[in-house]
Amino acid sequence: MRKHSVKSAAIVGASLLVLAACGSNKTEGGGTTGGSCDTSKGTLTVGVVAPLSGNLSALGVGIKQSAELAVDEANKKCTVPGFKLTVSAQDDEANPAKGAQAATKLSTDPNVVGVVGTLNSSVAQTVQPILRDKKIPQVSPANTNPSLTRGNDFLTAPKRQFDNYFRVCTTDDLQGPYAANYLVEKAGKKKIAIITDGKTYGEGLAAELQKQVAKKGGTIVGSEKVGEKDTDFSGVIAKIKALGPEAVYYGGEYPVAGPLSKQMKDAGLDVPLMGGDGIFDGKYIELGGKEGDLATSVGAPTESLATAKAFVDAYKAKFGKEDYAAYGAFSYDAANAIIGALGKTLEGGAAWDDSKRDAMLTNVGAYSGSGATGEVKFDQYGDSTNKVLTVYQVTSAKWKDVQTGTFTG
Amino acid sequence: MSVLLQQLANGVIQGALIALIALGYTMVYGIIQLINFAHGEVFMVASYGGLATFTLLPDDLKKSPAVALPLMFVGGILVAVVVAVIMERFAYRPLRNAPRLAPLITALGVSVFLQEAVRVFYPNAKSNLPYPKVFPEGNLTIGSVNISWTGVLLVVLSVGLAVILQTYINRSRMGRAMRATAQDPDTAKLMGVNPDRVIVLTFIIGAVLAGVAGIMFGGYLNNINIDMGFQNGIFAFTAAVLGGVGSIRGAVIGAFIIGLIKTVAGQYMPGGTQYDYVWIFVVLILVLVFRPQGLFGEPERVRA
Repeated sequence: MRKHSVKSAAIVGASLLVLAACGSNKTEGGGTTGGSCDTSKGTLTVGVVAPLSGNLSALGVGIKQSAELAVDEANKKCTVPGFKLTVSAQDDEANPAKGAQAATKLSTDPNVVGVVGTLNSSVAQTVQPILRDKKIPQVSPANTNPSLTRGNDFLTAPKRQFDNYFRVCTTDDLQGPYAANYLVEKAGKKKIAIITDGKTYGEGLAAELQKQVAKKGGTIVGSEKVGEKDTDFSGVIAKIKALGPEAVYYGGEYPVAGPLSKQMKDAGLDVPLMGGDGIFDGKYIELGGKEGDLATSVGAPTESLATAKAFVDAYKAKFGKEDYAAYGAFSYDAANAIIGALGKTLEGGAAWDDSKRDAMLTNVGAYSGSGATGEVKFDQYGDSTNKVLTVYQVTSAKWKDVQTGTFTG
Repeated sequence: MSVLLQQLANGVIQGALIALIALGYTMVYGIIQLINFAHGEVFMVASYGGLATFTLLPDDLKKSPAVALPLMFVGGILVAVVVAVIMERFAYRPLRNAPRLAPLITALGVSVFLQEAVRVFYPNAKSNLPYPKVFPEGNLTIGSVNISWTGVLLVVLSVGLAVILQTYINRSRMGRAMRATAQDPDTAKLMGVNPDRVIVLTFIIGAVLAGVAGIMFGGYLNNINIDMGFQNGIFAFTAAVLGGVGSIRGAVIGAFIIGLIKTVAGQYMPGGTQYDYVWIFVVLILVLVFRPQGLFGEPERVRA
């Protein structure tokens, strides 16, 4: 009797898998058969490495919970035949050294099939090699530094860096110039001052913006740096103010950017502050981000994307609030890429062991699906083929999207 | 020129904040020769104490700064004092006669403990918390120089409290007892001074000053995080060493020097704001090479 029900569940599961493979993976039936999937072969783990504590935890928790949602849905739909999936989330505290520990911990677990993460490009740099040595695919929802996939000469001589590394978001060599075009052409700000925090993400982003500003006829009136743990920016602001900028571009994240914007205004430098996806969070406004401040972020606005609606609804149903943050939809897609590739690797009921890891990497690279952020697919470097960017502006104490598109030069 | 004046003003405000914390370092060192590395965390918990006080206030009081702000000071200082007294009683007093290294390492442990305790137990302390807007808004403008009123208040409080402290130690009976204990605890004991009381009082005074600094920090910069104690503690410790550890005047002057170097060097030295910390420590090293006791170390030696 027991054997029989397992068998029928396997059949239901397999048929659902076929449906899922056809791309119509929104079958409501998946939910009702939940719990009746065949999980006789054990449990496999999707790792998450993100800042779950510390200043950037709002983003990190969004990444973790969105990955959990994807895993939950896969379990209900029996996407991976014979296995139950779980999430093992490790805190990297936005710190490369902690990230290395987290990656090492995951990589020693033979049941970890892939890792969603990291948030920070600087943390990715230490996580990439550790996971590569174990051939564990890493799909980042948020790393935008171009050198992670294409090396330091990403524009002139791109070269694949890590064959296990993929990302579902676009990169700063598009984000920076896209922001520059908006700032100079749309907003008419010709004199721009740059402040950076000295980390991989902020420096790279600001450097890309700087090149494009010059091309469009704007001037960079000054470049300054602040420490990641600095709190009093009066010195930097006084220095920049004397140069008379019409806008300030900040390469870094919201824990510094929010107070910086507020202190700029208090010091009489009332010009908009613009940043990248690192400042695109509600917390930025809470910490002092002012009206008229700008941010670019990867992808189209989650709320307005038709493909994202199902994700948002499911997220709300599971967690009660919409705190998926800037990278939730990307993280959901990243997890689904890993799960989808795993389903393909173990097609026909194969068992999981280390010999499957090569096939797993190939399958992640070849993954193609329609996700919450649009089409999810990777190019030959592991970068996303989805290059959409959006400019947001603080309007009535909320981020509001003002322009969505791709960088066209 | 106007840029220089603005940077000088910024430097004085940063110096005023560091001075309030540095006094606690220098006084405790003067009395028991302990570098209390946890003092920066006392400053941090005071800031969170003030924020908690505000959160617990009834809604109508939150709207009147004239009531809310003093209550925040009371709450923040109270938390700082309680933490400092407990720290002295249970972490340092049992080690009073232990080798010097033991209390020093204990101080580092207390520092980590306090930081993690706030992180774990204070709601949402994992990330920056915005500070309530109960401080005077707006700027004082002199020519082209802008100083926020909160900054002005910070400087006035810092200098005022330092002067009061100096007078208290030089003139009052308890101040004399403190100086006596600093010079020779055993003889002071024979003269009827209770060293435990003197030491607790020293910790309390340091905590009150750090408490004021904690609340003003939140008001001046609008948000707080659990790292603030470490970062500002390092500056304050450096200020105390620069001025001569044990000297009240030295700590205050050392703090203003550090504040000014940070802003002025960030403006004019090569490397700009990226290297402003470097110049602080270059000056520290130079001073220590030529005056190992610090600027006001030996000749004054009030030793709190």
